[in-house]
Amino acid sequence: MSKKVDSTRSSETQSPTVESGNQNATTSSDTSTSDRCDEPIDSSLELRPPLPPRPSLLERGNTAAGGSLRLSKRAARPQLQSQATTALSLADVHTANRLETSSPKSSPASRAVSRKPSLTPSAHQPSIAVSEVDDGASVRSVVPTIGTRLDGESTLGDLIEGAATPAFKALSAQIERANPFDAVLAEDDNLSTQMQHEFQNVESMNKDGQNEEALLNIWKAKLKHFFILSASGKPIYSRHGDDQLISNYIGVVQTLISFYQGAKDPLKGFTAGDARFVMLPKGPLNLVAVSRMGESDAQLRTQLESLYMQILSTLTLPSLERMFSNRPSTDLRRPLEGTDVLLDGLADGFTRGSPSTLLSALECLRLRKSHRKVVDETLLKVRSQNLLYGLIVAAGRLVSVVRPKKHSLHPGDLHLIFNMLFEAGSVKAGGGENWIPLCLPGFNNTGFLYMYVSFFSTSEGALSPEAERPSSAGKDDELAIVLISANKDSFFELRQMRADLVAQLEKNGSMAVIKTAIRKGHASCSDITPGTVLKHFLYKSRGNVQFTMPSFEPHFHGLIAKRKLMSLYHNLHDSIHSRTAHLKVQHTVAYDATALAWETPLFELYCVASSNASRAALVAGANKVVSWIRREEERVFIIGGAVF
Amino acid sequence: MQESLRSERVRSFSDSSRESTIGAAFLTQTIALDEQTTVKFEIWDTAGQERYKSLAPMYYRNANCAVVVYDITQASSLDKAKSWVKELQRQANENIIIALAGNKSDLVAEQPDKRAVPTADAEAYARESGLLFFETSAKTAENVKELFTAIAKKLPIEQASQRGMRGPAGRAAGVDLGTRAESGNTAGGAGGCNC
Repeated sequence: MSKKVDSTRSSETQSPTVESGNQNATTSSDTSTSDRCDEPIDSSLELRPPLPPRPSLLERGNTAAGGSLRLSKRAARPQLQSQATTALSLADVHTANRLETSSPKSSPASRAVSRKPSLTPSAHQPSIAVSEVDDGASVRSVVPTIGTRLDGESTLGDLIEGAATPAFKALSAQIERANPFDAVLAEDDNLSTQMQHEFQNVESMNKDGQNEEALLNIWKAKLKHFFILSASGKPIYSRHGDDQLISNYIGVVQTLISFYQGAKDPLKGFTAGDARFVMLPKGPLNLVAVSRMGESDAQLRTQLESLYMQILSTLTLPSLERMFSNRPSTDLRRPLEGTDVLLDGLADGFTRGSPSTLLSALECLRLRKSHRKVVDETLLKVRSQNLLYGLIVAAGRLVSVVRPKKHSLHPGDLHLIFNMLFEAGSVKAGGGENWIPLCLPGFNNTGFLYMYVSFFSTSEGALSPEAERPSSAGKDDELAIVLISANKDSFFELRQMRADLVAQLEKNGSMAVIKTAIRKGHASCSDITPGTVLKHFLYKSRGNVQFTMPSFEPHFHGLIAKRKLMSLYHNLHDSIHSRTAHLKVQHTVAYDATALAWETPLFELYCVASSNASRAALVAGANKVVSWIRREEERVFIIGGAVF
Repeated sequence: MQESLRSERVRSFSDSSRESTIGAAFLTQTIALDEQTTVKFEIWDTAGQERYKSLAPMYYRNANCAVVVYDITQASSLDKAKSWVKELQRQANENIIIALAGNKSDLVAEQPDKRAVPTADAEAYARESGLLFFETSAKTAENVKELFTAIAKKLPIEQASQRGMRGPAGRAAGVDLGTRAESGNTAGGAGGCNC
């Protein structure tokens, strides 16, 4: 859902880039795209039935313009100057609590049973169940936010004493801890304890099945599961557990899905106990997410979309459809062999909580405008004939991009590439250079592109790809050069371009600049907004489809604290993105943090401060972030990029 | 060389269900045959997965040699290897040197009952097809160096000098290694056991 909202909104903000004549350009460029892409790789080339009809060009042109990373200068700049405002207008302010924002989402129209662990097991009568829960929800006006007493009053800004009564303040001062997110409390949900075991593998079952129960308990304790099965119910992927262990559950899932499909009323999601189940049917596949981490349906669906894109990236859409139309009982695990690491990497990223996926945006390495310009110019200078996209990526953050004028880069595609390079580890484990055929579904889901990847360690003096990279090199100091071509024979050409690029970057000093920027890492929140109460924030620039954030340190250490923070961000994100929400500003107070979500046509901003921070202080911090971004916009975001 | 081959093979074979090569990796390694001669290998390491099969010709088209790897603990992997050998003999450069490597000898050394392909069978097949044959371990690097040394020795000397075999070690700089066609030998490591 959030994705839908996103894409429509971003197309609004990007409308200035689509001039009247531009439609033609997009269309023709798409044609050339499909021509330039190779046919899907398949050994049974001769036996292939005709390809399914391609989606209309116009349609694809539109979607490309909508959700993609259009690094156009015009898109954001003029608007920014005319429209951005650091003042929050009163009319936009709503104070809503979580119950109110989440319950309308499960209205009968959405066909999903409420996410609240309801007492209504009659899932086959969802409309009744929902209305019951809705009633209950509105009666139970539990207010986790302390400030809701101020209905028509100014809830932000010049508020004396803010949301809290003096008594509360005294109390919270006592319980205030240095880093509440780091503390593991006894009354915490199972998140803290389970998170430590979340990524451990469930062993395989003994032959005699004696350890089945123990394994099942481990398996059931996982906070999050992802399943992919074929429409005929064959298991394709599961994050945890082997086939033997999960086959019963796959059967149950399949029965549920097909029951509702038979009723022409597909099941979208349901709640059982504290777990939320979300289904996403995609052509011949069904994807299922099971989460006990409190994400919204829309967020889980975005995660499933991403897994689906990974599958397309391995197979391409026509080849996937062909396999299933030829034989509906196809076992997809064979053609997908070896890509489990990639799916696992994505799934674990979602479980850890990824700002990039939450916001459907990319993060860039902060560089001075002039430095980035030099890098861009170098890329253009050494660009070789068959290059489609060129990327310099540092530790999951984009340093620079070179692309044809007609083609933008889809954030979803880049996420797949980053996942392959930095999470899955199978590419860099190879060392040296890699040549990887892949489909970028956001670019063109019908054909393959070819990706040249070479890694550098940014630690001193190890710039030759042939030099052994120290195994201790963390992922934070890795620099990858990614060159993508539609021509499968262009490996040596791109290899030469890489060599030229590195030589040039060394010569003009850019390499040193990039390395320094990587080593510096994220700026801390107190450096960006000195003197404010903020501990962390996420800022997404909608026009650029990019986000920026400060370092997690010194307030959030370790996996659990980060995950808690991400859960808070998920809640905030959900509250301003749920279908019925017309919120522009959301303020939340919990025992460990206060938080603010603020959206305008230009940006989304999510800020977190300690629990005793007043609303006014939080708003002051938010305004500081916005003015910092204004100042630094061309450093923290790539605006334009190198275009040829 | 051993090191990188080892890491390659370890990834591809010791735990093939969890990790295997995505796409192909391109590596360069130099091996000293004797004091006078060094051979620079340019190696394509591919996983041999079916979905990449149409890419394979790109890797072996100009190759001087190929190493086809199977897993001695999986009988079916030898069949895959045989079909790769057949394809190479039909499609690749007619002078291509093909070596057959039965991997995971370390596993069998520990647990002899894990062996699924008898050495004699594979050896007999290799002999009648004119292949070099070794049982190797990616994990312990057993026989890996021997394998590549055997390949290097088998390269025709004139081809070797044309193709970038270096002269006396001190004169290495004089050799043109600029373009691929003239620089060394491409070994396509096509792993049968991942198929």
